[in-house]
Amino acid sequence: MEVGQMQRQWMGYMKSLFMEGFLDGQFLQLQQLQDENNPEFVVEVVSLFFEDSERILKDLSFAVDQQSVDFKKIDAHVHQFKGSSASIGAQRVKNACIAFRNFCEEQNIDACRSCLQQVKQEYIHVKNKLETLLRLEQQIVAAGGSIPMMEWN
Amino acid sequence: MPTSTSPLNSGNNLISDQFPAGLRVLVVDDDPTCLMILERMLRFCLYEVTKCKRAEVALSLLRENKNGFDIVLSDVHMPDMDGFKLLEHIGLEMDLPVIMMSADDGKNVVMKGVTHGACDYLIKPVRIEALKNIWQHVVRKRKNKWKDVNQSGGFDERDREKKVSSDADYSSSANEGKSSSKKRRDEEDEADDRDDSSTSKKPRVVWSIELHQQFMAVVNQLGLDKAVPKKIMEMMNVPGLTRENVASHLQKYRLYLRRLSGVSQQQSNLNNSFMNPQDSIFGATPINGIDLQTLSTAGHLSPQSLAKLQAAGFFSSENSKLTFGEGQLQHMSSIKPMNFLHGIPTNMEPKQFANFHQSAQSFGSTNTRVNASSAKRSPWLMQMAQSQPRGHMLNENINSHTTRFPSSSMQPTGSNGISINSFPLRCTAGSSSSSTNGVFHAEATSGIKESGGFGYNIFNELHQKSNDWDLANIGLSYDASHRANPLQGSIDVSPPILGNRGFHSIQQPRQNRDGMNQGNLQNVGQHLNTPFVDNSLRVKSERIPDTNSGINPFSDQFSQEDLMSAFLNQHEDIGPIENEFDFDGYSLDSIPVYNRSC
Repeated sequence: MEVGQMQRQWMGYMKSLFMEGFLDGQFLQLQQLQDENNPEFVVEVVSLFFEDSERILKDLSFAVDQQSVDFKKIDAHVHQFKGSSASIGAQRVKNACIAFRNFCEEQNIDACRSCLQQVKQEYIHVKNKLETLLRLEQQIVAAGGSIPMMEWN
Repeated sequence: MPTSTSPLNSGNNLISDQFPAGLRVLVVDDDPTCLMILERMLRFCLYEVTKCKRAEVALSLLRENKNGFDIVLSDVHMPDMDGFKLLEHIGLEMDLPVIMMSADDGKNVVMKGVTHGACDYLIKPVRIEALKNIWQHVVRKRKNKWKDVNQSGGFDERDREKKVSSDADYSSSANEGKSSSKKRRDEEDEADDRDDSSTSKKPRVVWSIELHQQFMAVVNQLGLDKAVPKKIMEMMNVPGLTRENVASHLQKYRLYLRRLSGVSQQQSNLNNSFMNPQDSIFGATPINGIDLQTLSTAGHLSPQSLAKLQAAGFFSSENSKLTFGEGQLQHMSSIKPMNFLHGIPTNMEPKQFANFHQSAQSFGSTNTRVNASSAKRSPWLMQMAQSQPRGHMLNENINSHTTRFPSSSMQPTGSNGISINSFPLRCTAGSSSSSTNGVFHAEATSGIKESGGFGYNIFNELHQKSNDWDLANIGLSYDASHRANPLQGSIDVSPPILGNRGFHSIQQPRQNRDGMNQGNLQNVGQHLNTPFVDNSLRVKSERIPDTNSGINPFSDQFSQEDLMSAFLNQHEDIGPIENEFDFDGYSLDSIPVYNRSC
C-alpha cells in the first residue's frame, strides 16, 4: 500500500473512532504535541496509559472483591482512571468511570462491580482501537510518510 | 527552549523578550500518564518544566531551590499528600503562584482551591491552550507585590531592601523582590481586621517561632473567639509589633485552624491508634528532670533560657518525675508554660512558618539528636530534624529516649510535642532522645489522619515505638487522655507529631481553652487510649485528677506549641516522617519559646 493510501486509511479510521465516541478532542491535542522533536510522543503516552490502566484495573478488581469494600479507595482509583483516560482522550472509558463514581458514592457494591466490568470492556475496546491506529501510523512513517494532522470540531 | 540565564534574570523572564518562554514550571501529579502529557504540553509552550510524581518531592525541590521556580501546577488528589496541603505549604513557604488541577470539577473542590490560595484551577483534561496562559499568574503576582511596595508611601526602605535582597532572582527593576510573607498576607486577605496598606508600611515582622508561641499563648489565654488583634498585641507586648501585624497573623492562624478543622474530624477517626502516643506525650509531665544544666552546657540552652525555664518551674524537682498518672498531674500543674524552646536561637527568616514547621517537624522526626554540636538544634527540635531519616525519626527518638533518659525525664507528651520535652534536656549533649517529645507534640495533631503526612507517619511510628519505650524509665504516663489539662494541647493534635497538622491540635485546644481541658483530653485520650494500650506506653485513661487545676496553663501551652508547629509546619504532612526539614535556613534554635505566666 502506498503512503497516500495508508494516510487516507488512517484518516478514515480516526474519523470513525471519533464518531463512535472512542476518542475525543483530547486525543487530537496529543497528536499536536507530536513533532519532529518528539516523534514518538503519542506512542509513548498511549503505552504509558495502557500500563497505568492495567495497574489501576487490577487494583480496582482487588478492591471490589474485598469482603468489606472500601468505597473511598475504589473511588480514588476510579477518579484516577477517569483523569488519565480523559487526558488521553479515551472518552468512553472516561464516561464509564463517571458512572462508576456515582455508584461508589451511593455505595452500591453490585452496581460498582458491574461498572467495573463496563470500564474494563471500554478500556479493552479503546486499547484495541488505539493499537490498530498506532500500527497504521507506524506503517505510514515506515513508508516515509507523515501522519496527517486532524482537526475535530 | 530559550531560557534566560543571566544573573539578572535568572529564572525571571519578566523582562525578557522571550517571556513567557523559559517560565520555570514545576508540575506535580501522581498519574504518570497525565504527568507526561502535562510535561509535554508545557514544553510545547516553551516553558522550562520539572515534573514530580509526589508532593513531598515537589516540596523539597521547592525548598532546596527557593528561587528556582516561577509557578507550580499541582494535582488535587494525590496519595501521599493532599494537593491543597501542598498548596498551603507553598503559599506559606515560597509564596509562588500555584495552579490546581483535577478531573474533579465539583464546585466544592474548586472553592477549596480558592480558599487555599490557588491562583487558578484547571479541570482535567487540561488543554494546551489553558497552559499557554499560565504565565499571567506569575506576572500578576509579581505585579501585586510590586504594587504593595510602591503603595505604602511611608514604606520602610529597609524593609524593601530586605525583600529585594531576599529574592535575588527578581532583580529586574520590575521586581521589588519577593516578599513572600507580604504576598501571603495579601492573598489571605479575607476582609478581616487587617489593614493591608498599613501592613506594608510597617517594618516587616518576622514571625519567629518564639513570637508565634507568644502569640499563641496570648490567644489561648484570651480564647480564640475573644482574641482580637488589639488585645493580643497588648498582651504580647512586643516592641514594634503593631496591631496590623497581629491582625494579619491572626487571620492566617484562623485560616489554618479552619482548615484543620476540616481535617480533624477525619483524623480523629483514623487516629485513634495514634492518639495514644500523643496522649501520653501530652499528658506526661513536661520536662521533668530536664537537665537544664546539661542543655545549657550543651549549648542548646542559653543561660537565659535556662533561667527562664527554671523560673517557670519547669525543671523543678517536683516535676522531675514524669510519672504517669496522678503524680504527673501534679507535676503538670506546676509546670508553667515555659519557653520550651527558649534556648533556641531564633533565626527565623521570613518564612518562619515554614521553618518552624520544619523545626517542629524535625522535632518529631528527628527526634533524637541532641547534638550539642549542632548549632541549629535546639535540644528538642533540632535533633530530630537533622539527623534522623525522616520516617524514623520519631521512632528513634522514642527509642533513644528510652535508653537515654532516666525515667523521670521523660516528659513525654506534656509538651504537646513541643520538643521541649524534657527529653532533650535530659540528655547530655550527645543524646538525641529529647527530640521525641517535640515530635509528639507537634505531630500529634496532624499526622495521623493522613497517611501521607509526616505527622501521621511519625505518629504511627511513634506509636509503634512507644512499645519500646521503657515506661518505667520514662514514666510516661499516658493518662494523658484524662489529663485534660496538660494534654490539651496535644490531645487535640492528632497524632502526627510532626505537627503538620498541627492545626488540628489547635482545634482542640480551642475548645479547651476555655478551661475545659478535660474535655479535650478526654477526647484525645480516647483516641489515644486505644492505640496506646497496645504500646508500652500505656495510656491510662483515667486519671487526671490533679492536673486540672494547674494544668490549664500548661495545656494551653501545649496547644500553643502545637498550634505553632501545626501552624508552621503545614507542610509536614508529607509522607512518613519525611520532613523536609530543610533547616538549613533556620536554625532549629528558633523554636518558639514563649513565656507565659500561668
